[in-house]
Amino acid sequence: MTDLYQTQRAMRNMRRAAMQRGVIAILDVGTSKIACLILRFDGEARLREQDGVGPMAGQSQFRIIGAATTRSRGVRFGEISVMNETESAVRTAVQAAQKMANVRVDHVIACFSGAEPRSYGLAGDTDLADNVVTEQDVARVLAACDVPDLGHGREVLHAQPVNFALDHRTGLGDPRGQIGNRLACDMHLVSVDGSVIQNLLYAIKRCDLELAGIASSAYVSAISSLVEDEQELGAACIDMGGGATGVSIFMKKHMIYTDSVRMGGDHVTSDISKGLQIPLSTAERIKTRHGGLFATGMDDREMIEIGGDSGDWDKDRRQISRTELIGIMRPRVEEILEETRTRLDAAGFDHLPSQQIVLTGGASQIPGLDGLAARILGQRVRLGRPLRVQGLPQAATGPAFASAVGLCLFAAHPQDEWWDFEIPAERYPARSLRRAFRWFKDNW
Amino acid sequence: MRSLSAPRRHDFEPPLSAPRRMAEPPMTATRPAYAAPAAAATPRHAVEPPVTAPRRMADAQPQPQSQPQPRRPEAPAAAPFAAAPFTAAARPVPAAAVAPAPMARRDPAPSRWAYRLQRIMLTPHLRALLRFGLPSFVVLAAVGLYLSDDARRGAIVQVFTDIRQKFEHRPEFMVTLASVEGCSKDLAEAVRARLGLNLPQSSFDLDLAAIRSRIEELDAVKSAELRVRSGGILQVLVTEREPVAVWRTAEGLTLVDDTGHRVAGLYARSDRPDLPLIAGQGADRATAEALQIFAAAGPLLPRVRGLTRMGERRWDLVLDRDQRILLPAEHPVRALERLLALDHAQDILSRDLVALDLRLDSRPTLRLTPYALTELRRSKGLKTVETDL
Repeated sequence: MTDLYQTQRAMRNMRRAAMQRGVIAILDVGTSKIACLILRFDGEARLREQDGVGPMAGQSQFRIIGAATTRSRGVRFGEISVMNETESAVRTAVQAAQKMANVRVDHVIACFSGAEPRSYGLAGDTDLADNVVTEQDVARVLAACDVPDLGHGREVLHAQPVNFALDHRTGLGDPRGQIGNRLACDMHLVSVDGSVIQNLLYAIKRCDLELAGIASSAYVSAISSLVEDEQELGAACIDMGGGATGVSIFMKKHMIYTDSVRMGGDHVTSDISKGLQIPLSTAERIKTRHGGLFATGMDDREMIEIGGDSGDWDKDRRQISRTELIGIMRPRVEEILEETRTRLDAAGFDHLPSQQIVLTGGASQIPGLDGLAARILGQRVRLGRPLRVQGLPQAATGPAFASAVGLCLFAAHPQDEWWDFEIPAERYPARSLRRAFRWFKDNW
Repeated sequence: MRSLSAPRRHDFEPPLSAPRRMAEPPMTATRPAYAAPAAAATPRHAVEPPVTAPRRMADAQPQPQSQPQPRRPEAPAAAPFAAAPFTAAARPVPAAAVAPAPMARRDPAPSRWAYRLQRIMLTPHLRALLRFGLPSFVVLAAVGLYLSDDARRGAIVQVFTDIRQKFEHRPEFMVTLASVEGCSKDLAEAVRARLGLNLPQSSFDLDLAAIRSRIEELDAVKSAELRVRSGGILQVLVTEREPVAVWRTAEGLTLVDDTGHRVAGLYARSDRPDLPLIAGQGADRATAEALQIFAAAGPLLPRVRGLTRMGERRWDLVLDRDQRILLPAEHPVRALERLLALDHAQDILSRDLVALDLRLDSRPTLRLTPYALTELRRSKGLKTVETDL
């Protein structure tokens, strides 16, 4: 645990160094595409309303000066499966983005969707040394949270303090400077498979880049596609990517739950490919051009040329109706949404005051998805697009770039994590002296 | 042999005849080439004896796979947002997912070394160095190499010197004549000799300040003004020193002006009888005071022989009959005026005196001649023991 703590602290320092240098790269390692954005920091941010303990990691305004995307290679379910392929795809994206920005970047903040994220709610409390809450006390209460057994080979990706309570008052964003006796905190912890992080680290290191931060893509796409009141009142963001579908629930501007379904748009494509006996590239094209989820009478008459170059005239001149295509796509999309529903139910999403659901990600562009999702997930469903950020090319404003844009926001305004605080100094002698002093005071 | 597809269904024939038909012009027009793997095609052609040479070449050359499918252009994978994201996903699926590709497609990814090189070239310092440092270094090196030869350097300097020379020696800037004005003819001759110019000369070459100081070294010249007039004339305006007194020293007679500066030598006092005579060491430095004394001497002037500077401190006014008036160091004019008043009242200077000592303000002292002195004593009935001497 401490090892990871040190790693994450090292990443924070790297990020600080990158901010001083003024340039940082954003890398979204997805199953279907790898996007690389290059940010230039424009100095200190205007004051954002304070949220959480405060900007421990430093904030900044930024502008996107380079952007490139490339077809992803060697990534399955949001995890790296072929190292060489992924490495060369990352190189391609980074090189093109550097060329556009005309600047060299050395630091990268990356996100990925796979690695089976699991989220835990942690609670801890501590007595205050003197009645005023200091930063040291916050660190102590965070360290006092009892971490459950994460399982073998799993590591912490996020550990964010979500809520502080001082004596009987709860819902404190920033307890520092307040008077009380007992400080308690709730922490949200996301654990992922450690080997996936190791692979990503290794792939990025082989590209001569240094990792300045790492984030779950479900989290960052929610940052970019949920609007402020949704984040405040409670909402779920469903990031439908190529190989994995991320679910994250936000409440009071903090992520309180995240999970991922290991299915996505690529599975729809492979269904079409298998069902129609066509290559994956053709299936992808047909899905993109003609795909849909609700069949109408008109769709029976809309015939789609499948094409092929098998040499068999019959096979190469096949046509299917759009209804057939929808018939193939819909069960898989339904399955994904059902699975998502299960995850939301398990998280107790029903009990939230507001149950807004936002669909984003590349696969959310299937026509009719909002209607189907409304049937399965509930009425309050909308399609989300990422926030506008300065300098973003028009082509990168679609929902497929929600996590890349969210990662930009994450890079500029990271939320405080556990590792932003110093390890609480172990002050046993002082404490025992104080205890002795108190005993004397109480008894005489 | 999937690329050996026939265009129409009923034209399908055994593969043995396919190459022949595809050699026909319309076929090659619709399908420019086919991309059958060479390995797969070779056994088929092995059993077919009549094969023309061009066909074998077409078969033997593995064509790029993208060529027979012009309707599906493959966008370069790394184009920065060449297509919208969802259509971007319509590009060929990852190479790992494709069935073992018959042809090696060009990898859009940069090689590690290309990637590193690009990153190195994007380093800000290196870019600045290449953009400004390298060109300036090349230019400096070229210039340095060129100038390292003495002859070339001399030639360049020569060019500029010539241009300058040519400009300075234009007739507008030439001085052809020197005119000396404001002094006597003798002095003008001396000044002209002193100029030492070999005219005509460019006015750029004239050092007027030096010439002026050279002229002003002449004793008789008080000041000189030099200017180059239009028409190539160097005009020298000389102000002469006016001699106001004759200074007699052991070496001879000298004319001095009111500041005591030497003006000229003098052969005989009679050459300038109009000027008063001063003598003694340091007399020239107090000429101004001497002139004041002469001016105050007014009615005494016909009797005045001259002024003698005593001890570089005070003046003695020497009159005829070897009379001396010893003036004080301070305020000699006032003392002289008092003497004149005394003389006017008591006619004192016409008496038989050797000297009149005015050095003490409150007590003028007379020194009588010995004869006068004994006469005075005798008249008072005093008997002296000393001799007449």
